[in-house]
Amino acid sequence: MLTSFMSYLGSTLTPGSAGNQLWALIYVLIIFAGVSVTVICMNWLERKALAHFQVRLGPMRVGPHGLLQPIADALKLMLKEDIIPAEADQFVFWVAPLIGLLAAFTVYTVIPFGPSQAVSDMNIGILFMLGVSSLGVLGIVVAGWASNSHYPLIGALRSSAQMVSYEVAMGLAVVSAILMTSMNVSGTGTLSMIGIVQAQQQQGIWFIFKFFPLGFIAFAIFAVAMVAEVNRAPFDLAEAESELTAGFHTEYSGLRWSLFMLAEYAAMIAVSAIAVTLWLGGWMRPFPNLLHATAWDFIFSLFPGLTFGCLAAIAFIGTVRMPSHSFFKIQRIGLAAFAALLGFIALFLLLIAVVAGLSADTSLVARFNQGIGYVYWFVLKVAVFMYLFIWYRATWPRYRFDQLMRVGWKVLLPISLGVLILTAVVGVIVS
Amino acid sequence: MNPAMNSALNSGMAPVATPWFFYALAGLAVASGVAVITRRNAVHSALALIVTLLSVAGLYLMLYAPFVAGVQIIVYAGGIMVLFLFVIMLVNIERSSKDRQFNRMWPVGLAAACALLALFTSVIVKGKALFPDRMIPLAEGSNTQEIAKALYGDAGRMGEYTFAFEIASLLLLVAILGAVIMTKKKI
Repeated sequence: MLTSFMSYLGSTLTPGSAGNQLWALIYVLIIFAGVSVTVICMNWLERKALAHFQVRLGPMRVGPHGLLQPIADALKLMLKEDIIPAEADQFVFWVAPLIGLLAAFTVYTVIPFGPSQAVSDMNIGILFMLGVSSLGVLGIVVAGWASNSHYPLIGALRSSAQMVSYEVAMGLAVVSAILMTSMNVSGTGTLSMIGIVQAQQQQGIWFIFKFFPLGFIAFAIFAVAMVAEVNRAPFDLAEAESELTAGFHTEYSGLRWSLFMLAEYAAMIAVSAIAVTLWLGGWMRPFPNLLHATAWDFIFSLFPGLTFGCLAAIAFIGTVRMPSHSFFKIQRIGLAAFAALLGFIALFLLLIAVVAGLSADTSLVARFNQGIGYVYWFVLKVAVFMYLFIWYRATWPRYRFDQLMRVGWKVLLPISLGVLILTAVVGVIVS
Repeated sequence: MNPAMNSALNSGMAPVATPWFFYALAGLAVASGVAVITRRNAVHSALALIVTLLSVAGLYLMLYAPFVAGVQIIVYAGGIMVLFLFVIMLVNIERSSKDRQFNRMWPVGLAAACALLALFTSVIVKGKALFPDRMIPLAEGSNTQEIAKALYGDAGRMGEYTFAFEIASLLLLVAILGAVIMTKKKI
């Protein structure tokens, strides 16, 4: 076991390609834990950001600035009574949240956090991602039906119609990005997620800027369709509070309901990861070709540490600005401890960056530092999308169902078809 | 042991596709396939059918055909089954599960099933010479590209299946037009 653990260190392959089951398992556990923690953080951030958009404070009571609110929420959800309605279809009601959760988490096997920082590199990577994430709608549809109640059924019907329609435009936008991967000497494209990022690296351009504005339009179509695909505002008709109480999960409570939330946020991260991989250069840092000197490598490798430093500074300012009343004493200590934790992470990352900068490129520290860099830029790009999801929710009113269908079939589909044809034509002319 | 596994072993890689996976997937496919026709509740049947389709996709993966497996998941499990469920959900399950669902044709059905089984058996027994005696080692890492070459041709040469592929797409177009004409009285 130790040999298979050590033999992978310093490898440039993914654990799946290297055939190393132990490291594949380690990656799976890291990703599962990471995504779960991110979902918890997103929960806090969404409540806080939405509150600030609406000039409220949001959660303030549990921990300093409500930082411990997600933990309290999770505890509440776990302890709440889990009700299964008497008229519901017991087995299907039980299995529905699991389908959604399974579909949302399975796609993470092919998401490339770096050239070797993925569980596996499949030849059909993007196809696998689209296919498995489209299974997520089954969980929603089946949950709505099994509840044996009117609002969930309407929510499920809306959801299935919406997902089937937006998948078409989404798929065509993805195909035009895949076409761009074949603009090389051999003329062979790729569906592999890692291959797509490497194609952008070789061509020296993110696909969002390729054949401007074609790449950008395809990206914009995907960015709209992916919001519809994960049922988020302004396309959240499946759970429209004002019309359907809570849509497909009206009858769910307790832990089962929280599984739906977990699946929704995990799916949000997954589709953002697709967008980042296909159009925004995946794990690559800005300008890897233009600013490729060793000095630039070092400067960019300081970014993860500096980011945590900034977060620590914000937390520290929060500590200083806390009212001096004795009521806030414990909160103040807690926030100071949080700032110190972030500061230590920042120092650790900066230390690694400096040590890696001084040692040889092939040393283990340097490779570890590279890995941190890849994951950092990938997560940063995904984080922008996650914030956009919150921003959309705070800004736009919900679509009516006929408007939703009109946008999907009469606007997005023709444009994405046109972009696909134009991309092919331009590609043939250029090559 | 097939050559693909052999080469995997030679390169120091443990084969992931063991017989146990095959038996598990095949058993799952058959069991859920039986559930599709024995469940009275149509939604349960549809769910069982999804399990069947997914385990068949797993079998494709074991045959080193990841592209077919991916398309199976996207088209059947993700697309068609959602539409199936969409329609089934609108049916009044309670009444239809009490109704007799089948007319009394089971002797005919049994005869047809037996005939199909006999056909398969005779193909396997008599046609053994027609099958290749060993598995052709497929490039699993470029499976999609190989399929594209077979379909559309490579380097100016017309693909082996280009004509069949285009005809199939024409057939689908006819089906779409037919559906539109049947639902729309005035176009």
